[in-house]
Amino acid sequence: MLTIENLANEIDGKAILKGLSLSINAGEVHAIMGPNGAGKSTLAYTLGGRPGYEVTGGAASLDGVNLFSMEPHERAAAGLFLGFQYPVEIPGVSNLQFLRESLNSQRKARGQEPLSGGEFIKLAKEKAGLLGLDMEMLKRPVNVGFSGGEKKRAEMVQMGILDPKMAILDETDSGLDIDALKIVGAGINAIMRKPDKAVLLITHYQRLLDYVKPDYVHVLAGGRIVKSGGPELALELEREGYAEVVAA
Amino acid sequence: MTALALPTRKQEEWRYSDLEAVASIWPTPAPTRIDVAAGETSRHHLLQDASEGAAAVHDYVITIADGARCDFHVLNIGGKLGRVTFKVTLGKGSHFELNGAIIGGGDQVLEIITSVTHAEPDATSGQTIRSILGQRATGSYLGSINVARDAQRTDAFQSVKAMLLDRTATANAKPELEIYADDVKCAHGATVGELDRQALFYMASRGMDPATAKTLLLKAFVAGVFDDVADEAVKDRLEAAALAKLEDLV
Repeated sequence: MLTIENLANEIDGKAILKGLSLSINAGEVHAIMGPNGAGKSTLAYTLGGRPGYEVTGGAASLDGVNLFSMEPHERAAAGLFLGFQYPVEIPGVSNLQFLRESLNSQRKARGQEPLSGGEFIKLAKEKAGLLGLDMEMLKRPVNVGFSGGEKKRAEMVQMGILDPKMAILDETDSGLDIDALKIVGAGINAIMRKPDKAVLLITHYQRLLDYVKPDYVHVLAGGRIVKSGGPELALELEREGYAEVVAA
Repeated sequence: MTALALPTRKQEEWRYSDLEAVASIWPTPAPTRIDVAAGETSRHHLLQDASEGAAAVHDYVITIADGARCDFHVLNIGGKLGRVTFKVTLGKGSHFELNGAIIGGGDQVLEIITSVTHAEPDATSGQTIRSILGQRATGSYLGSINVARDAQRTDAFQSVKAMLLDRTATANAKPELEIYADDVKCAHGATVGELDRQALFYMASRGMDPATAKTLLLKAFVAGVFDDVADEAVKDRLEAAALAKLEDLV
């Protein structure tokens, strides 16, 4: 579903990713772990098309379509979802308005009819319920005044409503207490653990992987994947640290 | 009687104007007078949407008697030059509230000029102006608050925020205070900014096309200006006109 070949990029002229390759099939959950500064968030932003993240080499495609030939909003319409480590606050724009405009923009791009107000509210209620988020929260401005945990839960409600094929979740576990972690983990499984979908989890810690079991684990260091394995690799990293595993 | 001389750029309140456009309609019409009697409440609005290339100047002289209140909403979006001025004199314990939005593109010059005089004690005034300017447009707010020696316990504020959509657009914001009383509360703030790039990327990452995302952020920026328009039909008309102008700009 997502194929990344030899990807290299630069931010402000500084090389971050240096030939990263990764292939993710439908139905799979992959986790990328790695030390600070390895390029984990850069990978997420580059695939999402954040301005300033310049691709200098390699390729990435979603279901065979070149990601880098699309604008960020077109990538979303093609089925890509980016979960932000630091979700952005948008004063004056309610979550419901934000999501309805987003969903209908995507539907329009795919040649589908827009959802009516009633249909949309029904969908939003269902997905908010899944993540234990009060509908009242969705009437408030996007992420404004939300706690760290509420922001991450709201991100997963967004994912549920937008129903992507491929989700790249950048440290969705950061800022979550144990109870919230369970809820968010269960939410990811309910929304994305399907034969026609795939997930790339970016995380520092093993703990999210207790709730969302990855099929493959990769270690990212120095802008490349330096090691890949099954779920046991995450446990090994947790036990022995990155330095040990990267050097091995 | 001699004809009034054309204004020049040396006069502060004309400094940023389009004097050529002013000359084309000189002399401008006499000011509209609004006198609010003691204890009364009076509500007004202006939708300045002169046709493209036209020049429009609207001057208001407002006198608010003791204990009275005047609310004014203005949307300034039309013409080559759109200029709206207010000369307000407040009586004892009275209130003046101005909520205004300027939305301009092309080579438009849009201005709101105010001079609010607190002549008596215990009066309050509030001015909230939001400007959105694209292309080579110029939007100006020049506002002076004058507090007379006797006007103790005056409470006045000016809140001015401008958003520039292009580097070639210009916003001028000049709040001024002239205070002769000693027991007075006057607050003023002015900011000029651009659309939040992080918010735009966040919206794009959810699938929103750039025009929809920009329009939504700009609507949020001017939201509130027309919130307390009492007449729903007027409110709808002002909001619809503002939205149509925004959609033209992005």
